[in-house]
Amino acid sequence: MNLWLIPTLPLIGAAVNGLFGRRMPRMAINAVAVLSVVASFLLALNVFNNLGDQPIVERYFTWIASGALTIPVEFAVDRLTMVMLLIVTGIGSLIHVYAVGYMAHEGGYYRFFSYLNLFMFFMLVLVLANNYLLLFVGWEGVGLCSYLLIGFYFLENWATSAGNKAFIVNRIGDFGFMLAMLLMFNQFGSLDIPVVLEGAKALPVEHSAGMLTAIGLLLLVGAAGKSAQIPLYVWLPDAMAGPTPVSALIHAATMVTAGVYVVARSSAIFTHAPIAMDTVAIIGLATAVMAALIGVLQNDIKKVFAYSTVSQLGYMFLALGVGAFSAGIYHVMTHAFFKALLFLGAGSVIHALEGEQDIRNMGGLRSKIPITFVTLMAAGLAIAGFPYTSGYFSKDEILLAAHHHSPWMFWVGVFTAGLTAFYVFRCLLLTFFGEYRGHAHHPPHESPPVMWIPLAILAVLSLGGGFIAIPHYLEPVLGHAGQAHDPTLVIIATSAGLIGIAIAAWMYLIAPGVPDAIARTFKGLYNFVYNKFYVDEAYNAAVIQPVIEGSRIFLWRGVDAGLIDGIVNGVGKRSRGLGGILRLAQSGNIRNYAAWVVMGSILVIVFLGFSGGAK
Amino acid sequence: MYDKFIPTAADYVRFAPEILLTVFGTLIMLIEAGRKEDQRRPYGILSLIALAGAIYLAFPAYNNAGPAFQGMLIVDGFGTFFRVLCYVAAALAVLCSGQYLSREKADSGEYYSLILFSVVGQGVMVTANELLMVFIGLEISSIATYVLAGFLRDDQRNNESALKYFLLGSFATAFLLYGIAWIYGLTGSTDLSLIRAALGSANPPNVILTGTAAALMFVGLAFKVSAFPFQIWTPDVYQGAPAPVSAFMSAGPKAAAFAILVRIFMTAFEPIAARWEPILWVTALATMVVGNFAALAQVNIKRLLAYSSIAHAGYILVAITAQSQIGISAVMFYLAAYTFMNVGAFAAVTHLAGKDEKYVNIEDLAGLGQRQPVTAALLSVFLLSLIGVPLTGGFFGKFYIFKAALDSNLVWLTVLGLLNSAVAAYYYLRVLVVMYMQDASAEVPAPKPVSGGILVALVGSAVATVILGVFPSVILNFAGKSGTLNP
Repeated sequence: MNLWLIPTLPLIGAAVNGLFGRRMPRMAINAVAVLSVVASFLLALNVFNNLGDQPIVERYFTWIASGALTIPVEFAVDRLTMVMLLIVTGIGSLIHVYAVGYMAHEGGYYRFFSYLNLFMFFMLVLVLANNYLLLFVGWEGVGLCSYLLIGFYFLENWATSAGNKAFIVNRIGDFGFMLAMLLMFNQFGSLDIPVVLEGAKALPVEHSAGMLTAIGLLLLVGAAGKSAQIPLYVWLPDAMAGPTPVSALIHAATMVTAGVYVVARSSAIFTHAPIAMDTVAIIGLATAVMAALIGVLQNDIKKVFAYSTVSQLGYMFLALGVGAFSAGIYHVMTHAFFKALLFLGAGSVIHALEGEQDIRNMGGLRSKIPITFVTLMAAGLAIAGFPYTSGYFSKDEILLAAHHHSPWMFWVGVFTAGLTAFYVFRCLLLTFFGEYRGHAHHPPHESPPVMWIPLAILAVLSLGGGFIAIPHYLEPVLGHAGQAHDPTLVIIATSAGLIGIAIAAWMYLIAPGVPDAIARTFKGLYNFVYNKFYVDEAYNAAVIQPVIEGSRIFLWRGVDAGLIDGIVNGVGKRSRGLGGILRLAQSGNIRNYAAWVVMGSILVIVFLGFSGGAK
Repeated sequence: MYDKFIPTAADYVRFAPEILLTVFGTLIMLIEAGRKEDQRRPYGILSLIALAGAIYLAFPAYNNAGPAFQGMLIVDGFGTFFRVLCYVAAALAVLCSGQYLSREKADSGEYYSLILFSVVGQGVMVTANELLMVFIGLEISSIATYVLAGFLRDDQRNNESALKYFLLGSFATAFLLYGIAWIYGLTGSTDLSLIRAALGSANPPNVILTGTAAALMFVGLAFKVSAFPFQIWTPDVYQGAPAPVSAFMSAGPKAAAFAILVRIFMTAFEPIAARWEPILWVTALATMVVGNFAALAQVNIKRLLAYSSIAHAGYILVAITAQSQIGISAVMFYLAAYTFMNVGAFAAVTHLAGKDEKYVNIEDLAGLGQRQPVTAALLSVFLLSLIGVPLTGGFFGKFYIFKAALDSNLVWLTVLGLLNSAVAAYYYLRVLVVMYMQDASAEVPAPKPVSGGILVALVGSAVATVILGVFPSVILNFAGKSGTLNP
C-alpha cells in the first residue's frame, strides 16, 4: 500500500517551500502546500477502500538493532488509525485551502506553509507508527511545529511567550511519556505497540497499583500535556496567539487529540489498570467542567473556543476513562468537524473586522457576512448537541457510557453540556445579532470563496457527520462498547443543550441587561471565574518563581561563586603583568574554590570510607 | 624477565597512533622554530593529517587488540572507542582554531602542538591498564590543556581561566595521586586486574582504608569530569578560555576522564561497588540539578554551555551508576553524541563571538535566524540535540542512559533525571527564541557568513548529530560489543 507515501508527501512539500519558497511565486507555494496534503488524503482514502478487519502493517527498515533493543520503522493501519488518518488529512486539506485565503496578506507566507506541512508529516507519523518510540518522534515533532506556529507572529511579544509556555508544559508531558516508554520496555522487552498490548493483556487486572497502573498514569501525564487536561491545560488558551488556521488545525482538530489517540491506542493497558482508568475519567470530567465555566466569561472569540476545546477534550477523556474508547474517538471526529469550523468561522469574522477579536466590539454581523453566519450557527448547533447534528450522537454515546459507569458523572456531564451550549451561543449571539458595536474603518466584508467553501463543507459535516457510525466501525479494534439506548437519558442530555441555548437567547437577545446584573450581584465569584480561577497566577507563584528565584539565589549565588563580585573577570581586570597574575592566587575566588573542593572531598571520603556499603 | 623490556612489534602497532601524534607535534614545533617571518603556517593542515593518521592507525591497533608494554596499556574495544572519539574531538577543535587564531593574531605552532600533545595524553589515559599510566596520561593531557586555556597571553580572561584551571586541577590531581599511593600500599600493585583480584580475594585489605583510597581517586576524577561538588571551576574556565579551546576541553579531556573513571571503578573497584554506588548516585543527581538549575540564570552563552556540560556529565554519571554492560554502552554512546553537539555549539560560538570575543552574550544572537540562516540552523540542530528532541543523537543517548538506569532498578534516579532534562529545555529554548524571534540589535554588527574550517566543523558535527539520532546503530553496535570490561 506504500503507507510511507502518506506522511512523506507533506514532508516534501515542507522541504520545497522551506528551501525554495522565498524565491517562488505565491501560486507555486500554494500548489505545493495544498496539493501535497490533498494527495495524502486521496492515498488515505485508497487505504480505506482496501482495509478490512485486519491491520495493514508495513516494515521499512530496522531503525535500531543493538542487543535487546530492536526498533523497526513500521507503519500500521487498523481501523483506529484509519479514522485518525482521514480526520488529519481530510480536515488538514480543508484548512490548508482556507489558509491560502487567510494568510494572503501576511509576511513569511512560505515559512508558514512549510511549518504547516511539516506539522502534517509529524502528525501522520504519530498516527501511523506501530512502535511507541516512532510514535514519540511524531509526538515531539508536532509539539515543535506547534511551537513554531504559535510563535509565528513573533514580533508580538505575547506570541513568543505563548509558544514558550506551550513548549515547556509539553516537556512535562513528554517526561511522563518517556518514562512510560522506559517502563514498557522494561516490562515487555519491546516498544512495538502490538507486542506491548499483547503483553498487557496477558497480565492480570491490577486492582491495586502495579506496573500497568504506573505505565497508564505516566501515559496520562503525557496525554494531559498534549491534550491540555488538568493540570497541564494552561498552554492551550495562550496558544491562540498563533494564526487562526493553526488554531483550527493543530489546537482543535488534530494535535490536541493525540493524547486521546494514544490512550485509546493503549486501551489494553488501561483496561487492565482500573485505577489509571478512573483517574483518566476524573481528570477528563474535571477539565470539562472547569474549562466550560471559564469559557462562559471570556470575551475574546478565539479564547472562548479555546476553552471550549479544552472542555471538549475533557469529554473525550471522560469517554476513555469510563471505557467507551470508541465513543471518545467518535467525539474526536465530530469535534474535529465542528471545532475546526468554529475556529475557521471565527477567523472569517476576524478577517472581516480587520483583526478585531473582542466579541463586545462585534454584533449585527449576520447580514454583513451571511455565509460565515450560517456555517457558524451550524457548528454551534452541533457542539450544543442539537438533535441529529454530529455532536448530538457522539456526546450521547459518552454520556450514556458515563451513566453506565457511575451516574454522578453523567449528571456533571449533562451540566457541562448545558454550559457549553450556553457559552457558545452567547458568543455567537453577541457576534451576529444586535447592533454593530465595533469601529472598523471599512464595512465588514464576506470572505473570498477560498475561505468560505471549506466552511461550507465543514458545516455539512458538522450537521450530518454524526451519521458516520464510527463506534460500529471501530469494533474490531476497540471492542463493543455502546450502551443500550436509554431514551430518558438521551432526552435529559439533549434538553440540557437546548436549555443552554434558550438561556443564552434570553440573556443576550431578549433581556440584555441581565448578564450585567448577574455580574454585579455575584461580583466575587464573577471575578474569580473571569480570571480563570487564577490558575496561571498560582502556577507562577508556586512553581515558576520558586524555580527561577531558587536557581538565582541558591545555586547561582551559592555554587557559582565566580559571580559573587558581579563579573567573572573582575579579578582579572585588576591584574597587570606577572605580579598581577600571581596576586590572582590570593584572590578570594580561588581560595573559596579550594575550600569547596576540600569540603567535598571530606564528604566523599567519609561516605565511602566509613559509612558506605548500604545499597 | 628483563628481555621483556624490549618492546615487541605488537606493542608498537598498539601504540602507533600516539607515536604518530607525538612525532607530528614535535615536527610542528620544529617548523615553527625555523619558519621565516613571511612564510605560510601549515600547522592546521599538519595537525589534521596527524589526527586523521592516528584515527586510521587506531584500527590496525584494534585488530591486534591486547596489552602493550608489559600490560601497562591495553588496547580493547572500549579504549579504541574513546581513543577515536578524542581524536575526532581534537580534529573538530583544530578546524575551528585556524580562523579564530588569525582573527586574534595569535596563529602559532605551539597551539597545535599543545592540542596534539594533549590528545596523546588522552590516548594514554583511555588505554591505560595501570594506575601510574592513568596518572601520566592525565598529566600529559592536563598540562597541555592548562596552557591552551591561557593561550592568548594578553587577554585577562584567558589568564584567569588558565590560572584557575591550573591551580585547582593540580590540587585535584594530587588527590588522585594520593589515592594511587594508598592503593599501592594496600594491595601492593597498581595494575587494575591485580587490584581487583586483591580486593575481591577471600582476605581483602581493610575496607575502610580501601574505601578512603577509592574516595581519593574519585575526587580527582570527579574534578576532571566536572561532577558536583567539584564542578566549581568549569564555568569560569570555559568562559575565560579561547572559544575553540573550550570546545576542546569540554569534549576530549572530559571523555577521556569518563573513560578512566568507568574503567577504574568498573574493574579495579568493582568488588567494593556496594560502597561507592550510593556516592555515585548522589553525585549524579546533584550534578544534574546544579548544572541545569544554574544554567537557567546565565546570560553568557559560553557560561551557559559550561553549565550545560555539567548537567550532561550528570546524565553520564547516571549511566555509570547503573553498573551494567548496557550502562557502559550508554556512557559511550552519550559521550559520542555529546562530543558532536557540544563541540558543534562551541564552534558556532567561536564564529559568532567576533574579534576579542566581544559578542558572547545570549542577547547578541538576536536576529541570527535572519542574518545568518545557515549558522542559526546548524546551531539549532545542536541545541535541539542538547534538549534531547527525537531524531538527534542527544535524544537517543538520553533514552539509552535512562533505560540502563531503569534496568538496574534506579527508579528514582531515572524519574529525577528525566525531570531535570525537562527543565533543561528551557534554557536551550531561550537561545533559540533569541535567535529566531527577536530583532537584531544595532549594536551587534552582522556576523560574516561562516566559512572554511569552522563551516566544515559545524556541518560535520550537525551531520553526525543527526546520524546518531536517525541511525544510532552505527555507534551502538560497537558500544554494545565493547561494553564489557574484562580485566
